[in-house]
Amino acid sequence: MSQVHSFGIQPISIHSFNENHNQIAFSPNNDEVHIYKSGGQTSGGWEKEDVLMEHGQRVTGIDWAPKSNRIVTCGADRNAYVWTLDSGKWKPTLVILRINRAATCVRWSPMENKFAVGSGARLISVCYFEQENDWWVSKHIKKPIRSTVTSVDWHPNNCLIASGSTDFKARIFSGYIKEVDEKPEATAWGKKMTFANLMNEFSNGGGGWVHAVAFSASGDKLAWVGHDSSVSVVDAQNNMSLAFVKTEFLPFITFTWVTENSLVVGGHDCCPLLFNYDDTGKVVFMNKLDIPKETQTKEISAMKRFQTLDKRATTVEDSDLKTLHQNTITDMTVHTGDRGSAQKISTTGVDGQMIIWDFKSLESSIQGLRIS
Amino acid sequence: MAVNTGAKQFRKVDVDQYNEDNYQEDVIEDGLDEGPNENEVSSLLQAGKNVDALKVVLKNAPLSTKNQNTKDKALQLTMRVLTSFRSAEIEKAVNTLDKLEIDMLMKYLYRGFEVPAEGSSAVLLNWHEKAYAKGGLGCIVRVLTDRKHV
Repeated sequence: MSQVHSFGIQPISIHSFNENHNQIAFSPNNDEVHIYKSGGQTSGGWEKEDVLMEHGQRVTGIDWAPKSNRIVTCGADRNAYVWTLDSGKWKPTLVILRINRAATCVRWSPMENKFAVGSGARLISVCYFEQENDWWVSKHIKKPIRSTVTSVDWHPNNCLIASGSTDFKARIFSGYIKEVDEKPEATAWGKKMTFANLMNEFSNGGGGWVHAVAFSASGDKLAWVGHDSSVSVVDAQNNMSLAFVKTEFLPFITFTWVTENSLVVGGHDCCPLLFNYDDTGKVVFMNKLDIPKETQTKEISAMKRFQTLDKRATTVEDSDLKTLHQNTITDMTVHTGDRGSAQKISTTGVDGQMIIWDFKSLESSIQGLRIS
Repeated sequence: MAVNTGAKQFRKVDVDQYNEDNYQEDVIEDGLDEGPNENEVSSLLQAGKNVDALKVVLKNAPLSTKNQNTKDKALQLTMRVLTSFRSAEIEKAVNTLDKLEIDMLMKYLYRGFEVPAEGSSAVLLNWHEKAYAKGGLGCIVRVLTDRKHV
């Protein structure tokens, strides 16, 4: 079943697992990054290992590189730090992003030699390590971004960057850096890949900030979720055809691909939802992943009834939400597997909980749920 | 002490407009949206075909024009169509609309709330209840986030 871990009452704004999923780095909506290790007797088996306190203001992005075991964090203090493990302690290295507004999101590239930081300065900072000077250099992608960048994601070819922004558009840029990359081959998104070249720009016609953007596992599809409660997918192999669905749910904040054609979204409805991009090129809502079991109404004693009537003018005690998450889902990552075939995903929310959803047990417990 | 402590005009200056970081709206060309044809809608209403009149009014909503007159006229027409329904017919009418039309209807309902007329709010609230049942919260969120106003 879905494992629920509570890390306290503070909202968890972002989280990231290490390669073996036995460690998690998250930020409790402040300037600290907490590292927890699994195993141990405490709640749900997660023990606090370390607290990284270098940022001066709220931490807005955390990404843990699985192979090189480095963590990059970025914050509202306009800085990013790359943390490396040195004899059991995490040592920070400051990265000068040269931005004059807060950083909003950060992602390691697939080969982990670069990372991209989105910011409120209307630009994306792509940073790479320069060996001779032993420091991280940042290059800017500015045009034609017109407002805060809310999310970034890398293409599997280590060069293309997708970005979502509060100017209601999703864009794909080239992040090819000649100092560290080999010349990339042409992809379905375009041929010319000089640094900061705008490859494509997409919008689904409505308004609504783009909250999250991601390439599918093969890199041929790009999906994003927006504040107009929509899920949009562009298929490069299919003539850049744009498909979107405007749903009746509250807006989604985060999502992740779980197979080449399915994605799970989460947001203000506090419930992960499964969508499918089918063969006819339409985005279709499949299932909610959080169907609460019908609890039997407990017998409430007469005394309790009058007490709640006195205190709350109602005889019903239950004020909890029926979903597992009691508040907005803020971040969602693939836990086991990868974007092409995920077996477990993890979500964190404003309720301070981290929940791991296991697709095998979900498929058996929810009627008609098939993730393909 | 400064002599001109009485000068207060500077407090009315909007400094934000001079901030280069301001997001400027995409230049939307003045679309030649004419809005729904008034005669067509009137004749449909008189013939008792108010569901068709509703569809015409929703399909031809003047979204991209900057002409406030066109928008106001279209709003008046839509209000006429909406008030011509009896309360029992509203639910059936809403069920015949597709997703885009429900979103447009919700936009007009909220626009109608902005300019209340005699007894219109009650009718609009009735419509709102049925449209919300079909369109859900996402429909209302789209009214708030869509850049094109009705």
